Amino acid sequence: MKYVDEFRDRGKAVALIGEIRRLLARSKLARQRPLQIMEVCGGHTHSIFRYGIEGMLPEEIELVHGPGCPVCVLPMGRVDDCVAIAERPEVIFTTFGDAMRVPGSKKNLLQAKAEGADVRMVYSPLDALALARKHPEREVVFFAIGFETTMPSTALTVLRAEVEGIRNFSVFCNHITIVPTIKAVLDSPDMHLDGFLGPGHVSMVVGAAPFRFVAEYYNKPLIISGLEPLDILQSIWMVLKQLDQGRCEVENQYARIVPPAGNAQALRAVARVYELREFFEWRGLGSIDHSGVRFRERYAGFDAERKFAVPNARIADPKSCQCGEVLKGVIKPWQCKVFGSACTPERPLGALMVSSEGACAAYYQYGGARRKPEAVP
Amino acid sequence: MSTEMPRRARALGRIVAQTVTLAHGGGGKAMKDLIDDVFVRAFDNPTLAPLEDQARLTLAGLAEYGDRLALTTDAYVVDPLFFPGGDIGKLAVCGTVNDLAVGGAVPLYLSCAVIAEEGLPVAVLRRVAQSIADATREAGVVIATGDTKIVPKGACDKLFVTTSGIGVVRQGLDLGVHRAQPGDAVLVNGWLGDHGAAILAARGDLSLETPIASDCAALHRLIAALLEAAPQTRCLRDATRGGVATVLNEIAQASGVAIEIDDARMPMRDAVRGFCEILGLDPLYLGNEGKIIAVVPPDQCDAALAAMRRDPLGRDAAVVGRIDHGETGRVTLRTALGGRRIVDMLVGEQLPRIC
Repeated sequence: MKYVDEFRDRGKAVALIGEIRRLLARSKLARQRPLQIMEVCGGHTHSIFRYGIEGMLPEEIELVHGPGCPVCVLPMGRVDDCVAIAERPEVIFTTFGDAMRVPGSKKNLLQAKAEGADVRMVYSPLDALALARKHPEREVVFFAIGFETTMPSTALTVLRAEVEGIRNFSVFCNHITIVPTIKAVLDSPDMHLDGFLGPGHVSMVVGAAPFRFVAEYYNKPLIISGLEPLDILQSIWMVLKQLDQGRCEVENQYARIVPPAGNAQALRAVARVYELREFFEWRGLGSIDHSGVRFRERYAGFDAERKFAVPNARIADPKSCQCGEVLKGVIKPWQCKVFGSACTPERPLGALMVSSEGACAAYYQYGGARRKPEAVP
Repeated sequence: MSTEMPRRARALGRIVAQTVTLAHGGGGKAMKDLIDDVFVRAFDNPTLAPLEDQARLTLAGLAEYGDRLALTTDAYVVDPLFFPGGDIGKLAVCGTVNDLAVGGAVPLYLSCAVIAEEGLPVAVLRRVAQSIADATREAGVVIATGDTKIVPKGACDKLFVTTSGIGVVRQGLDLGVHRAQPGDAVLVNGWLGDHGAAILAARGDLSLETPIASDCAALHRLIAALLEAAPQTRCLRDATRGGVATVLNEIAQASGVAIEIDDARMPMRDAVRGFCEILGLDPLYLGNEGKIIAVVPPDQCDAALAAMRRDPLGRDAAVVGRIDHGETGRVTLRTALGGRRIVDMLVGEQLPRIC
């Protein structure tokens, strides 16, 4: 596959790992303890496991799998709200595929569908809008989820619905924003991360500037990284190079996709449609200030939360879950008390077991329960 | 496959209606007309012809092929009914023929039961019946008995087809999923994931245009050639639902062995890989309808590969991995990048990732 295989080349991967080893060998890095590098984005986590990258890296590097999987961090209370909306007889509830399995306190969307709710999988919010056009007698609700990556497409869809005067369309908005979350991780007292791989797709929208605080206030290098294996390896090497040279900067490895200032058109749509919520609840991390967005007053008519009364209950994470500690790199997934026993991909208790982008599900599926993936002999 | 049954003498009924209604399942003349006109006409063969409540097969005729009967059944509910590379009818024949063949059986007789939703156009039923007839002729098997039910709208999705099959296994042949041993080679007979990708694309809600066609095909001739070239073959499985990954896990668990496969050797079309990239699917879990996994001892690997490649349905056959000592029941993939990861059983259905 053109433009894909080039970024998965074995020879280049081996060469990059050689460079990483050389850098580690000649510098004082990682003398005391392994270097912890957090990849923020769930897409990175998925690639790392899919290509077996962790097992190829020298032991002095520990990858910490961050909070960047929007499906994983959705709290149970919000899923309950989804189910409540979906079960209304007039509603066609539309959702991205992998959000259907996220557990609520009683059931998930797959179960609601099996029990008769009209839940349909779509690939874009525009597909949901098309359904609203086709079924003027029904209420079509789109389950909006994701970071800044998917925020603009939801905003543009709402703007389109406004222009067309479509009134039977609304959005259950669960968009979240990555920056306050990285901040929350960095402020946590038990954190000892050495550097970050910044999210590639989010940065395509927001640009590099929003991440500067990581370097400037917290003195940690952050490399905006692409999602292919060679992107990730090169970004890890770039983090090490900064550490070796005593620099802390935001650098853009993914320059082929990420413009330094982001996507102005997308940002305009986002600013027009959304405002920050005071706080938003995250599975595994709790409530984080200003970490979610909702529709501005002008677009209230498209806001499913305002259109339909939802239970809006806060459901606490199960006590046995240690997702928060895994997210901050304090423990590894297989060190969690319930990993692979009470918490499995079939019956996820915690956020990180929900989607294949969650660290625990990835370890479980690709690394086998209870153990670190074997190193390549 | 001889039979002593006399040929039918009565005239076949004709159906005039454009769509199937509950009357066509009511047991009266309408039903007889539908069955005669659509199915009996298409399937026409001496075993079916008496139209009794059962087909009668001579034991002596069966015994020519071996010493054990193989019996299998499978229900087909594919949506859409027609897709690039096949349709529900062809699928129902090939799937059951393959289920017999991977057990080493010579497939001989099939039954065919259809459940149709009222309102289904008769033309659709006719097209499927013709496809079943064509596929059986191509495969050299006969439909020996059948059944037709019409259900109210909403009680089934357009059309479901169930085929059962009888085949005969020759003396001495013993294929089993528990028989894989360390050192054995793992082979596949060609491109993987075509069927799964073709069906997903044909459902039309992806707005993705692909040139991918289903690999739906009857593999009994390829399998017969393979077993002749590599008589010590340990086991064969068709990699249908759950794909290659699921079948390999079943073999690893049943045989108590580890399996290592090599991503770089997996025959996979660029179109299928690209399709999976876009949707966030893993092609190793995509279903196939014309692909088998064969486990053969190392000294017969070359012969098995050559035999597969001589068959038009095995031209792109490849050795994709081997059976290993190591952790029992575990399937490991060597990634193209050079890393390794576990290939586990699929949890639930593959759902596209969002970002």
